[in-house]
Amino acid sequence: MSAEFEQLSCQELVELVTEYLEGGLSEGERARFEAHVGLCDGCNVYLEQMQQTIRLTGSIPAEALAPDAERDLLEAFRGWRSAEAQ
Amino acid sequence: MAQAAAAEAQLLEALRSGDEGAFTALVREYQPSLVRVARMFVSSQAAAEEVAQETWLGVLNGLDRFEGRSSLRTWIFRILTNIAKTKAVRDGRTLPFSALQDPARVPEAAVDADRFLDSEHPRWPGHWAAKPTPWPEDALVAAETRERLAEAIEALPATQRAVISLRDIEGWSSEEVRNALDLSETNQRVLLHRARSKVRAALESYLEQA
Repeated sequence: MSAEFEQLSCQELVELVTEYLEGGLSEGERARFEAHVGLCDGCNVYLEQMQQTIRLTGSIPAEALAPDAERDLLEAFRGWRSAEAQ
Repeated sequence: MAQAAAAEAQLLEALRSGDEGAFTALVREYQPSLVRVARMFVSSQAAAEEVAQETWLGVLNGLDRFEGRSSLRTWIFRILTNIAKTKAVRDGRTLPFSALQDPARVPEAAVDADRFLDSEHPRWPGHWAAKPTPWPEDALVAAETRERLAEAIEALPATQRAVISLRDIEGWSSEEVRNALDLSETNQRVLLHRARSKVRAALESYLEQA
């Protein structure tokens, strides 16, 4: 068990996951993070679950616009264009 | 990047020449995010949709004057936040980021403290007491799991919901989200972190029951 591993508890690690994934950790912090994940089952699974969560969130379709709202906007666009033409 | 700029110049040209197809495509692309972001400022879905409608009118009004100093997307979201802020102030609501200038100051744990051994534990302070177990792949791709995920996002505070939606559903970069919402780098990350952490926890509790 290295000293580095002990420095970062699991409870601390879970708070660094987003910063890690965003590339926001310093080199030293990242090394410490990765060393911990490499040795710790729970944190390894946790990191994977965060990545799965992100992927799954990305697969949600964006909701569609109500047809009448779209029609109103298109009307406004036509009105804008004809005002422009004058 | 040059390619994106060229595509945007082309789009502007099409909009200015009155191309309805280009306008409709733009509206379809941004409307869901506009409504989500507007929800941070106003109290109801209907009011948020109204703000989004007004935003498009503002876009049309300003289109000829738009000089492309920011991206079209950033510009559209600036218009939205201005309209939404004005409306929120008029309705006597506190603005989301002024009320919570610094979300980092208010602690919020990604994982419940009782999942960890306490900090006084002689051998493993702060280590998992109940560690997460891998999720079954087939449950992950099930339609119901996706529904639970959508519900979990819906249940988030509006600022967190806006950030996770733009980042993870719409695929924006952190810089684009910061520009559109006028957020600091730290606050963007804190809001994203909390949102993702809560959604993960919701998935975990659902998948463990399943």
